[in-house]
Amino acid sequence: MGPRAGPLWRGTLKTNDVSHPDYFHKVVDCQWACPAHTNVPEYIRLIAQGRYADAYMKNRESNVFPAVLGRTCDRPCEPACRRGRIEEQPVAICRLKRVAADLKGDISDMLPKAPEQNNGKRVALVGAGPASLTVANDLRPLGYEVTIFEKQSKPGGLMRTNIPSFRLPESVLDEEVANIINMGIDIRYDSPVTSFKSLLAEGYDAVFVGSGAPRGKDLDIPGRHDSDRIHIGIDWLESVAFNHIDSIGSRVLIIGVGNTAMDCCRTSRRLGGTEIKVMARRPRGYFKASPWELDDAEEEGIDIVINHAPKRFVVENGVLKGMEFDRLEWDAEARKSKTVETVFIAADDVILAIGQENAFPWIERDLGIEFDQWEVPIVDETTFESTRKSVFFGGDAAFGPKNIIWAVAQGHEAAISIHNHCQGVPATDRPPQGMNLISQKMGISEWSYHNDYNPAHRQKMKHVDLEERFRQLNVEVEVGFNLEQTAREAQRCLNCDIETVFVPKKCIECDACIDICPVQCLTITRDSEEAELRTRLSAPATNLDQALYASEALPQTKRVMVKDEDVCVHCGLCAERCPTAAWDMQKFNLLIQYAGTSCTT
Amino acid sequence: MPSITKPLATHPTAQRNQLGLTIRDYEGSMSTLCAGCGHDSITAAIVRALWEQSTPPHRIAKLSGIGCSSKTPTYFVNGAHGFNSAHGRMPAIAAGAIAANCDLTYIGVSGDGDSLSIGLGQLSHAIRRNLKMVYVIENNGVYGLTKGQFSASADLGSKSKRGEANRMAPIDPVRLGLSLGATFVARSFSGDKEQLVPILRAALSHRGFALIDVISPCVTFNDHNGSTKSYLHTRRYSRQLVESDFVPHADEIVADITSAGTTAVKMHDGSTVMFRSVPADYDPTDRAKVSAYLDQHQKDGQILTGLLYIDGESPDVHEMNRTSATPLRELDYSKLCPGSAALDALQEDYR
Ligand SMILES: Cc1cc2nc3c(=O)[nH]c(=O)nc-3n(C[C@H](O)[C@H](O)[C@H](O)COP(=O)(O)OP(=O)(O)OC[C@H]3O[C@@H](n4cnc5c(N)ncnc54)[C@H](O)[C@@H]3O)c2cc1C
Ligand SMILES: Cc1ncc(C[n+]2csc(CCOP(=O)(O)OP(=O)(O)O)c2C)c(N)n1
Ligand code: SF4
Ligand code: SF4
Ligand code: SF4
Ligand SMILES: [Mg+2]
Repeated sequence: MGPRAGPLWRGTLKTNDVSHPDYFHKVVDCQWACPAHTNVPEYIRLIAQGRYADAYMKNRESNVFPAVLGRTCDRPCEPACRRGRIEEQPVAICRLKRVAADLKGDISDMLPKAPEQNNGKRVALVGAGPASLTVANDLRPLGYEVTIFEKQSKPGGLMRTNIPSFRLPESVLDEEVANIINMGIDIRYDSPVTSFKSLLAEGYDAVFVGSGAPRGKDLDIPGRHDSDRIHIGIDWLESVAFNHIDSIGSRVLIIGVGNTAMDCCRTSRRLGGTEIKVMARRPRGYFKASPWELDDAEEEGIDIVINHAPKRFVVENGVLKGMEFDRLEWDAEARKSKTVETVFIAADDVILAIGQENAFPWIERDLGIEFDQWEVPIVDETTFESTRKSVFFGGDAAFGPKNIIWAVAQGHEAAISIHNHCQGVPATDRPPQGMNLISQKMGISEWSYHNDYNPAHRQKMKHVDLEERFRQLNVEVEVGFNLEQTAREAQRCLNCDIETVFVPKKCIECDACIDICPVQCLTITRDSEEAELRTRLSAPATNLDQALYASEALPQTKRVMVKDEDVCVHCGLCAERCPTAAWDMQKFNLLIQYAGTSCTT
Repeated sequence: MPSITKPLATHPTAQRNQLGLTIRDYEGSMSTLCAGCGHDSITAAIVRALWEQSTPPHRIAKLSGIGCSSKTPTYFVNGAHGFNSAHGRMPAIAAGAIAANCDLTYIGVSGDGDSLSIGLGQLSHAIRRNLKMVYVIENNGVYGLTKGQFSASADLGSKSKRGEANRMAPIDPVRLGLSLGATFVARSFSGDKEQLVPILRAALSHRGFALIDVISPCVTFNDHNGSTKSYLHTRRYSRQLVESDFVPHADEIVADITSAGTTAVKMHDGSTVMFRSVPADYDPTDRAKVSAYLDQHQKDGQILTGLLYIDGESPDVHEMNRTSATPLRELDYSKLCPGSAALDALQEDYR
């Protein structure tokens, strides 16, 4: 069904032109926050209906790796979730994604396929991480001949080499990667690109660099090179993933407290470490690791030691004894510190997990591909094109280490650019997003969605017990939601995509909507500029991140209808109680553009 | 999903009243009235007024007769007591309840049919008795519940939905109240909570019968062109005669009481009603002048609104009848029923 013609209504506030998809998109907080704009409420409803395969495919449209992400995603959607603004905890969006993936059954018929005929264009991708795989996923069905060059013997990038198998089982990754590669991607393993110049000489129509940020940062303090028991985190994890390392000393220090540190300490726990300390420079609250990762590590008996800055490695006769740290005292904002004392902590192994950076020793610097002062390539933030036409970057390789969902989102954008480029359209010609708004009214007091939500608290993920999980490295810790938890959690969603849409000329100002709204979102009042208007509403509108939806003058009194989007629970009661259907509940569907989808607006 | 539920959410910044309750604690069941009915807005105003007054829900008694309006007590304060009487008979039930328990806050909700047609006699005597209660007439000019016949408040010439005009003179509850000695008379509009809520709060503080006539459009049967009780007509012709503020405690008054156009009326519970922008020849405490003013200004079809008349001095039903200051249920059985010896002595008096 095509979108309706023209704006349904136009706000008086500059900020809220509701004819632009961004207005209603922003109301769907989770979808807006997701780099790939996954249609979260729609897939949660599909899960609630038991339509797991459809829910999986809805995910796959935008995020390509639902089963992987359902276990590992950084979940930018969850802190944004509206439920977190009316109750403490957001919907467990990520966990529900995993449910869809676990229960989807056979979806082979629903997957994209390569066409019978190729389109005659050849594209090379460097690296088989999520960024490149997304590009392949988008371009192969359009008939591109896609070749991937991968340094390792297996595909997946850091998803395989660094994310430990107790968080992401290998079989789960294998399946989703195979769904792409089996479309007829020519993937060459154990084939590191060592000269970009020679690759370019092979005459591809476009080249995408998705080689990640492969270099772990080192810590150059005294003693660093005096022992072979000091490891770089991402390299060490990779060696574990490929079974080159299967043990570690009993006392392990992890330097740094980001995501990599969490995987290093938990992996150490499984390889023989018994006294494992994660050493943080700063106090709690300033860590890079996600709170749930910290919880999981602490559950496994890992010690998180705050306010310790590494000073030197203590190595005696070539044997690592431990490390010296400055114990710090911080000011209130943890900006300035002073050293209180120097302490020694004994260790058999030390793992450095203090960050990663890009490294492109294999890209010659005379190819027209410009790099900045930090040796990072200059890449356009919209098209992902480098300074050399036909060469594109995406994922960690483009803007430094982020996460899988960003790599996917950038892969989609780069695929559009590559497609444009190969079809002779400028990469900057981005097809605009569109939207559909479809009324959900089915009859008197009948709506196509369930307007009430489950007041239950967020469901807790069950974990395999400690003994069992340490038995073997690849025992998946999280067991996934059971059906009851799934039902409860799915019903916690507020259906933010079922949006309130207002037609001012129908309103008779009876106040019914204002009176019924359980969270006082609505006000009919005299118009004024936004800042002042925000102070005169039924409930104070203090969350400036959230838009006001303000109408043009109402017919009877010339006042305006104002809605504060902040805590609307999408219950539909305003529309239900409106005698003239001036308010309606309409399902918002963002029409995201991918390579090759023609714009329907 | 035939009946749609209201989620339990409250606004994260929801304020609490002196009892620690949010406004949602004063809600009732979901309304079954037509969407857009003025009565629902009045319900919302009552909810707000009771919440702002911090009236304990279990100390409230809701009373009504029959009609769409009379259904509305179900839609506010779930935790209150309630009695839904026969058509037009709510005042009698109220009189009995008030006599038995002088301690509760009584809120009667009635319609123009319930009060001015079948129940006119009952209403008249409730006014005369100065029953200590708030009495809200949700006035839509029709019998909404029985599908829109003209009621006794329908204006001359006002048209029904089918187009026929009303030929009988209307009964105006405000003038009726004034002529029967009502001690608190107000008129408002369901679509104007800024005015209605303070009036309701003043009524809740009034010692005696507080009569509030609220124009409340019936969206289904009386909101068309030609109706004089539609949203549009009421908006066009209503004029706020006096602006009244309710000030809960006397010591909070900041306005200069002596300044022209401002009158302060002290209520028995220590609160004050402040009248602002009162016309020069208007005195809300002078019954004769108020009547004369209404006579003069209502001729041209204007609907004058506001807290029009107030008299805090006249004795209420309890004073008039020198009833017990203690609710009957709290009296000792021996006091409540002094026994046959006392009855004999009483009867002896009448021989
Ligand atoms: C320990 C750790 C844990 C993480 N956990 C999470 C998590 O839980 N959730 C999350 O969302 N993100 C996580 N991340 C981040 C995430 O893995 C990366 O952001 C993401 O994989 C980046 O994808 P990419 O496609 O850009 O690059 P990568 O995944 O890095 O893939 C790059 C690929 O290119 C190959 N390559 C490199 N150079 C060459 C060359 N010259 N020739 C041929 N091939 C080459 C590499 O072998 C690799 O396979 C984690 C990162 C680390 C280090
Ligand atoms: C003794 C008796 N007579 C007649 C009726 C039928 N009846 C039910 S409601 C009603 C009129 C209600 O009108 P009003 O009080 O104005 O209420 P509204 O529905 O307009 O709010 C009538 C006549 C009745 N229920 N009982
Ligand atoms: S859907 Fe309507 S009634 Fe419900 S919370 Fe949102 S604005 Fe209020
Ligand atoms: S319920 Fe409908 S007609 Fe009444 S004020 Fe709200 S939008 Fe306007
Ligand atoms: S019939 Fe009229 S008075 Fe009754 S609920 Fe409907 S609109 Fe209200
Ligand atoms: Mg009526």
